[in-house]
Amino acid sequence: MPRTVLETELRNLKGEVLKQGQMVGDAMLAAIEALKHRDVEASRRIMAADRDINALRFEIERATLIVIATQQPLAHDLRLLASILDIAGELERMGDYAKGIAKINILMGDKPLLKPLIDLPRMAEIATDMLRQALVAFSNDDAETARAIPGRDDEVDALYNQIYRELMTFMIQDPKTIDQANYLLWAAHNVERTADRVTNICERTIFTATGEIVELA
Amino acid sequence: MQPHLNITEPSRAAATASSLKMEVRHLSVTYKTSRAVKAIDLPVYENRVLAIIGPSGCGKSTLLRALNRMNDLIPGARVEGEVLLDGENIYAPGQDVVDIRRRVGMVFQRPNPFPMSVYDNVAFGPRLLGLRKKSVLDEIVEQSLRSAALWEQVKDHLGQSGMALSGGQQQRLCIARTIAMEPEVILMDEPTSALDPMATLTIEDLIQRLKENYTIVIVTHNMQQAARISDFTAFLNMDSDRAGYLVEFGPTVDVFTNPKEKLTEDYITGRFG
Repeated sequence: MPRTVLETELRNLKGEVLKQGQMVGDAMLAAIEALKHRDVEASRRIMAADRDINALRFEIERATLIVIATQQPLAHDLRLLASILDIAGELERMGDYAKGIAKINILMGDKPLLKPLIDLPRMAEIATDMLRQALVAFSNDDAETARAIPGRDDEVDALYNQIYRELMTFMIQDPKTIDQANYLLWAAHNVERTADRVTNICERTIFTATGEIVELA
Repeated sequence: MQPHLNITEPSRAAATASSLKMEVRHLSVTYKTSRAVKAIDLPVYENRVLAIIGPSGCGKSTLLRALNRMNDLIPGARVEGEVLLDGENIYAPGQDVVDIRRRVGMVFQRPNPFPMSVYDNVAFGPRLLGLRKKSVLDEIVEQSLRSAALWEQVKDHLGQSGMALSGGQQQRLCIARTIAMEPEVILMDEPTSALDPMATLTIEDLIQRLKENYTIVIVTHNMQQAARISDFTAFLNMDSDRAGYLVEFGPTVDVFTNPKEKLTEDYITGRFG
């Protein structure tokens, strides 16, 4: 009793999730890059592209429901489909964080940056790398790797705290920087939240592979 | 701490907190020289639905028929092990087989009403036991047909032939006939496999209501049906010696979402063999 149709559908759906993840990671890095170079045009393009990420999420949701309705999946197959619904939602929200950073760059107007951005791009690199690893683990049904990935969230948190302290110092020294420092803090917060959501994806991978619902850090 | 969720998970709740109605202990059934099932241990919980699933030839029906000694009727069939009903081995010497089959009733795959009126079909068993009083029989017939969700459709035509009913109604008539014997356990051998989808859902709905008063064991080829209606699931498979054995038993919600055995996973997800 092979399940050719079901297996093809599951493979395709996983592929779409990976594609959505790639779009989200690209959007995040591009949003930070645009902020770093104060490239408002690039930020506008990133904001517009978020619609594609959202549309893909709903396309994945629709296709998943069709598979559930027509293929009657059970056990691992069913857990995988439940996880796909969840992860597509997580990725959409991560896309919103990237869009948020793009919007910040637009809101900051034509003022130059308080200082060159170093820690924020570093944070975004780690967060997107975690995302990429999490999606590979998801794709490989690899619970062990999924358990290890959230540990890197500590690096992201440490960088966030550093940025926070630095921006606070700016604000205390010169209240005129409050607006821009707040915007940057907001951007850093969005990156920090992205890494948090990677943890949720890892939890879904463990659930898919083992049936176990865990809360990772 | 577990958060309190305002969602019902009835099957999970039903899969706990019930006493043992029957218990299969190290049961093997041999037909002449070939073993049909071997070394099966299986609990049957009171007021719960137990589904027995597995591929063709794995001994599901043999196991089911062992629960009310129906295999006794097959020449050359030999039973080893025990089947306890309320703690008593139904295979112990001196057990009254007729009484066991009354307490553990059976509904078959194809509806098999007797060629007589609806009323006489249901009254057949009680009459066999010596009941003659019309008012008592009337009461039993009505209650049994009500329990089988058939009363409203047939109450004005109790004299018509049971064979004239639709397939789904015939099966409910057979269930009413079983209920009329006041059983404690009802065994069902693929009770909906000859029915259309609507009649199937009606029977499934009926099974859910019957478990309030009876313990139900159902053999089904339809895994979605097992998932829909049962509280517990037992998965049987055929071993290399062609004898059926128990691969996995557990709450249905677990067996269908996260089975313990790879073989169960392969079977329920359709990747078997």
